[in-house]
Amino acid sequence: MWRNTRTSYGWIAITLHWAVAAAFAATFALGWATQAAADRPATQFNLYQWHKSFGFLVLALALVRVGATTLDVRPDPMPGLPAWQRRTSGAMHALLLALILAVPLAGWAVASASPLAIPNYVFELVVVPHLPLPKSAALETAASWTHAVLAWTTGVLVAGHAGAAVVHAVALRDGTLRRMLSPRG
Amino acid sequence: MRVRELILCAGLLAAGGADGETLSEVSGRYAIAPASTIAFHVAQIGGGGIDGRFPDFAGMLELDGGDLARSSVSITLEPATVTAGEQRIADFLRSSAVFDVANHPAITFTSTRVVRRGSDAADILGALTARGRTLSATFHAKLVERRGRELLFRVVGRIARDPYDMGIGVPIYSNFADFEMLLRCERI
Repeated sequence: MWRNTRTSYGWIAITLHWAVAAAFAATFALGWATQAAADRPATQFNLYQWHKSFGFLVLALALVRVGATTLDVRPDPMPGLPAWQRRTSGAMHALLLALILAVPLAGWAVASASPLAIPNYVFELVVVPHLPLPKSAALETAASWTHAVLAWTTGVLVAGHAGAAVVHAVALRDGTLRRMLSPRG
Repeated sequence: MRVRELILCAGLLAAGGADGETLSEVSGRYAIAPASTIAFHVAQIGGGGIDGRFPDFAGMLELDGGDLARSSVSITLEPATVTAGEQRIADFLRSSAVFDVANHPAITFTSTRVVRRGSDAADILGALTARGRTLSATFHAKLVERRGRELLFRVVGRIARDPYDMGIGVPIYSNFADFEMLLRCERI
């Protein structure tokens, strides 16, 4: 079953969910590693290029994910879910969808504003042009700060999102996590 | 690097032509003036690239106008003084990623052969040492101006970065550094 129904997610949504999650996790880890490699400039440079490549992958997947979510049926909340959890989970999901777009866009702005003008050679396959931003160290710094804050915020929210899923699976055993593993869940 | 010296040699040889008197006039010892420029460009994918300069260098040329093959050039660059417009780029060039100036404070070129290529041009072949590696390199020199005891040469050359363990950034950045120099050589 590819598309969503009122009671389950389809394979499109499920695949995009985990693809975005994996790409974001890789990008986040690489971003952290770039800072840890500050005393090794060659390694740091290479890590930055991998980080940018995965970042653009997140952005591409996020655009598809948001598009698919907008166009497809949204499954109803699990039966018996308290109203406050329906509101909270709905807000969390919307916020995460916004952040998986905002984080890579902010990163793109960092590269675009940087006077270093390093090309975005994504996975050494395609050059993604810079955004039409002025080259400015100040703008680069502001975009970098924004990018970092959004990334860490997303990381914290993802941890909460995943933790809630585990609680639903282990403690409540209500099939919430199963819904994002298989359409038959 | 005493590139200027190399250039001087080549230029003098080229300018002298078959005129033995002219060559003998320019024979002698020359030093590269601080007013010279030693610049390089590394292209990047999509256009543009990194432009840098070595502001600190020293060089000496021993020109034998009667027998160009007996001429010699030696040049020393100080990569710690490299400039590149953006400070972070210059710092990166000095770092262990590129020039590694902490361990390799000098880049040197010593000529091994000069080959005339016309009335005012020559190829300068020699050994280029950077990051502890010595490899063959060739520069192409052309005499631009001659005024009294001063000679002005334009020298170009392309050096592959990877053999010197400076291949960071490939393929975003070209593996080749294109040198373009204007060397003022003053007879001493």
